[in-house]
Amino acid sequence: MKRRDFLKNSLRAGAGVLAGAVVAPDDAEARPNLEPKEGAVGMLYDSTLCVGCKACVAMCKEVNGMPPVTISEIDAWDEARDLSGDTLNVIKIYKDGAGKTKDAEVNGFAFEKRSCMHCVDPGCVSVCPVTALTQHPITGIVSYNADACIGCRNCMVGCPYNVPQFQYDKTFGQINKCQMCNQKGVERIDNGMMTGCAEACPTGATLFGTRDALLAEAKRRMELKPGETYNYPRGDVSKPDSYHEKTVPAYKQHIWGEKEAGGTNVMHISSISFDKLGMPPLEERSAASVAEGVQHSLYNYLALPAVALAGLSFVVKRNADKAKDQKGERS
Amino acid sequence: MAEKEFDTGGFDFSEVEKRLGVTRRTFLTFCAGVAGSLGLSTNSAMAMAKAIAQPKKRPPVIWLHGQECTGPSESLLRSEQPSLEHLILDMISLDYHQTLDAGAGHKVEEIKKKSMEENKGKYLLVVEGAIPVADGGIYCKIAGETMVDLTKEAAEHAAAIVAFGSCAAWGGVQSAAPNPTGAKGTQAVLPGKPVVNIPGCPPNPANFLGTVLYFVTFGKLPPLDEQNRPKWAYGRLIHENCYRRPHFDAGRFATEFGDEGHKKGYCLYKLGCKGPETYNNCPSLEFNNVGGGVWPIGVGHPCFGCSEQGVGFNKPLFSLADVKTHTPPNAFPEIDDRSDASGASTGAVALASAAAGAVAGATLVTARKLNSSDDGSNSDDQNG
Repeated sequence: MKRRDFLKNSLRAGAGVLAGAVVAPDDAEARPNLEPKEGAVGMLYDSTLCVGCKACVAMCKEVNGMPPVTISEIDAWDEARDLSGDTLNVIKIYKDGAGKTKDAEVNGFAFEKRSCMHCVDPGCVSVCPVTALTQHPITGIVSYNADACIGCRNCMVGCPYNVPQFQYDKTFGQINKCQMCNQKGVERIDNGMMTGCAEACPTGATLFGTRDALLAEAKRRMELKPGETYNYPRGDVSKPDSYHEKTVPAYKQHIWGEKEAGGTNVMHISSISFDKLGMPPLEERSAASVAEGVQHSLYNYLALPAVALAGLSFVVKRNADKAKDQKGERS
Repeated sequence: MAEKEFDTGGFDFSEVEKRLGVTRRTFLTFCAGVAGSLGLSTNSAMAMAKAIAQPKKRPPVIWLHGQECTGPSESLLRSEQPSLEHLILDMISLDYHQTLDAGAGHKVEEIKKKSMEENKGKYLLVVEGAIPVADGGIYCKIAGETMVDLTKEAAEHAAAIVAFGSCAAWGGVQSAAPNPTGAKGTQAVLPGKPVVNIPGCPPNPANFLGTVLYFVTFGKLPPLDEQNRPKWAYGRLIHENCYRRPHFDAGRFATEFGDEGHKKGYCLYKLGCKGPETYNNCPSLEFNNVGGGVWPIGVGHPCFGCSEQGVGFNKPLFSLADVKTHTPPNAFPEIDDRSDASGASTGAVALASAAAGAVAGATLVTARKLNSSDDGSNSDDQNG
């Protein structure tokens, strides 16, 4: 077979596959967003309550057995700048101008927690080709199975929050992300405990509970008038360890995670707008619901690949026959 | 402590030994201690010792009491430094002090007026207690005059004014809502006059003593912060020097009195400790030189914030403090910070190279095999 013929045929076969793809969306009805699981557990992070003590960061490392990340020469304490293969939770700072007033957008500062949001319709689960990332059918916790993972790192691209992180510095690295302290060997939620970060938080800025209860609590806080006092619960919202009284700040009327990209089980509230706190611009429609319609129907029952293979086989067979004929003529 | 450490320059301390009833060694040790807590050198300690030893340099002091419990004076008297009360009374000439004066009534008032007249512009005014201003200031009167008038009168020709205690500094407990007497701090009733604030309830006598000794020695006031508190004593939050701080950073909190964490000496923040928003030197000086960790946080009770305006007597005892340490800049990653993916490990590089090498080798071998098989097929063809 001549090089020229091979290229020609390849292109033809490619065009056939493309044509198939163009036809496919007709029956690829895009599915709607997934709904929150009935027993979904999550967390509510109230940025206005956070005092930046990083107790949650320390506790997270302890519970999950992760080493401190050091940047300077001093190997004395954790200096993680962002989520990484060794950090599942980090407290970041927003600051503007003089940075004097807490929870003020202008000349103020505020804290923001970065950890897995445990999406209701998780992108990482959708893009994982080997089901290494799964969403629990009851709790909605997005967990990771290192044994199934092939290290393709699709999940890192599929996550709008940049959460799954690969251990680039390990010879046999794996993905790491918050699994709500419920992964094998930790299983705090299964044992009736709360997440490490919620337990450590001294102000109740990180609150544990079911998604429903947390959403109700967040909505209650949205209704409060700035300046009045509110009894903030700490620990588990359904059975708080204790309460503390605090003056209500001027909350932005926005519960991040109520609707964004289908919603999340870990929700944030704040008195700073979320684009300033580094949250991505997201529509209510989840990326997974859009992409899965196309991707999953393409590969449904492996039909399209089978058609493509059949086409290719046909082309190869035809060319082979042609070559045989030519050879026959020559001899 | 070896006396050799002090270069006295041949100064004769026998006078002061006799006058104060303390040995030269005790006296110099005391001065060095005060200078040390102020962050001054041993030379300054000597200057201080000489200033005290020369009685003619002693500034007269007028000491006023307003709305208060006399806690500041009491804490000063109970200071456990050797012969402190002698030093206090001898390094300054305490011309008027309502609690300590031996005399009483019109005689004492006369002495005060006389001293103020004689020492115009030279005397030190110490105010202890808040000053009520409601209804013309009638809620606190001494010798028929209101505290407001007395303070204004004494402040007129004072060389320096010290507000001793939280009441004098910012109003203290009686200035908390609803404040029926209109209690105010000294600075509030003396606008335009520089007032040095030594807040605390009661204030640490060391903070007062150090400031006054500085004034006596150098003839000026020590550096002050924006609330006119001496920086050497009120420059840092209690939280910054607290020995329970590592527990705070590690997220180990006592959650109720007597629980496991409380017994282990964990951080008291969750119990309402106001250390993170109160400026004072309690963690380093503790209280009244008792030693042995005797100060609120030391004995397991959250800091009350007694010296901080708007905190002590104003915030509920067990409500959480606003943590002021973390005003930027501080060691927090910014929102846009990305973690630097540390370079690939040697193991990973070796593995990747091995894989790449294997692929390259396999390709080469395959190519050779293909070539040879091509040749073979060709020869077959020729044979056929």
